[in-house]
Amino acid sequence: MTTRDSDTYYSGNASPSAAKHRIHWFHYASPQTFYPLAGRLIPWFAALAVLLGAAGMYVGFLVAPTDAQQGDAYRIIFLHVPAAWMSMFLYVVMAFWAGVGLVFNTRLSAMLATAIAPTGAMFTFLALWTGSLWGKPTWGTWWVWDARLTSELILLFLYFGFMALQAAIDDPRRADRAGAVLALVGVINVPIIYFSVIWWNTLHQGASISMKSAPTMAMTMLLGMLLMALCFWMYSIATILARVRCILLERERHTDWCMTELRGTP
Amino acid sequence: MIRAFVCVARRDLALALRRKSDVANTLVFFVIVTSLFPLGVGPERSLLHAMAPGILWVAALLASMLSLARIFEPDFADGTLEQLALGVEPLSVLVIGKIGAHWLLTGLPLTLISPILALQFDLQPLAILALCGGLLAGTAALSLIGAVGAALTLGLRGGGVLAALLVLPLYIPVLIFGAGAVGAVESGLGAQPHLLLLGAFFLTSLASAPWATATAIRIALD
Repeated sequence: MTTRDSDTYYSGNASPSAAKHRIHWFHYASPQTFYPLAGRLIPWFAALAVLLGAAGMYVGFLVAPTDAQQGDAYRIIFLHVPAAWMSMFLYVVMAFWAGVGLVFNTRLSAMLATAIAPTGAMFTFLALWTGSLWGKPTWGTWWVWDARLTSELILLFLYFGFMALQAAIDDPRRADRAGAVLALVGVINVPIIYFSVIWWNTLHQGASISMKSAPTMAMTMLLGMLLMALCFWMYSIATILARVRCILLERERHTDWCMTELRGTP
Repeated sequence: MIRAFVCVARRDLALALRRKSDVANTLVFFVIVTSLFPLGVGPERSLLHAMAPGILWVAALLASMLSLARIFEPDFADGTLEQLALGVEPLSVLVIGKIGAHWLLTGLPLTLISPILALQFDLQPLAILALCGGLLAGTAALSLIGAVGAALTLGLRGGGVLAALLVLPLYIPVLIFGAGAVGAVESGLGAQPHLLLLGAFFLTSLASAPWATATAIRIALD
């Protein structure tokens, strides 16, 4: 939406001065305005990811005390727990944007959902992999068919299904909407994963952090975990923005602004 | 609305019964898959007895999934589905009719034949009852969830394999509680909690899957 369009839109129900002060939330919903904004934001989020990651690693590997029961093997949780959080959270975010794209028929939201899927799948894989690396010294086995592990594996398959469905459909708009339906149906699995440790009596330990009770772990461990979680957030935002920029260029390549962008001349 | 629902269901049933071999194939598949397991793992009674709930459920799930293409694919190919979508009756109601017909042709026969297979695996009568009860509600939930996958992959290259990839992860809760019900009876606990959860799954999918399927059909028809 250009500035002129939005002014005429607001003139109907508000005085011009009020309209001037209102933030135009939908201004950046247009691919043309979103593309440069995303380009400007990526370095900031990437830099934050590196800084927070370095700080989190420092706290996690050098400052946090060795665990009384598990020894140093527990330190994998600084990667494992944030990765598991992100894997579930990103699925919800993906389903949210896919749903917004389906309901309001906005192209950018659907592209965002498409861009989130690979990062979410990567974090799901990371959570499973680090979990099995931690399981070998602690449980004595790489893998158990426990409720939480199995449902996390299902989450990985849901990501794969979403990506496979979108890849199989040639028309991008149909791919967006079909993927949205699948993502929304699959979102039922997220609470199942989250509560699986409570509902079923399993080998996997309960949630590491609870909002209600006092933290059961040392403050430095908690700090390391939160720093890593923030690092993963920043990393996800940076990669997703970078990916959505690629998708934008690919899909909008017939437009004037894309032509200018691609040729590199104004 | 009820008339349209009955009409669609009867039409699908009539079409399927003209070609009885299609219906029989699903059942034969179910029986063959279950009889492969004793050949594969050996005829040891205690082992087979312990594995029976899982084997029967996985075989039923695969049989139900393989017949998914029959729900919408022929109607999509000859344009009937488009006419149904254009009609005045809500598409989700017509979809329930088609899914109901699919269940009557796959889920119900599977449930009816399962006690014989369960006897071969030496399950006790109460466990067989839990198996049948579970399959009755569970296969209906499978047909409903599967219809979403079948509708999403309408007219795509390699749609069958893709539908399996989409649908199997969503089938897993049904499998867990279905096989869990039989296992619970075998280990002396009641099957009731598992069966109630299966019923809840069935009702949830009955409430949501037809909408998702109708949306997916409209997307495919665009």
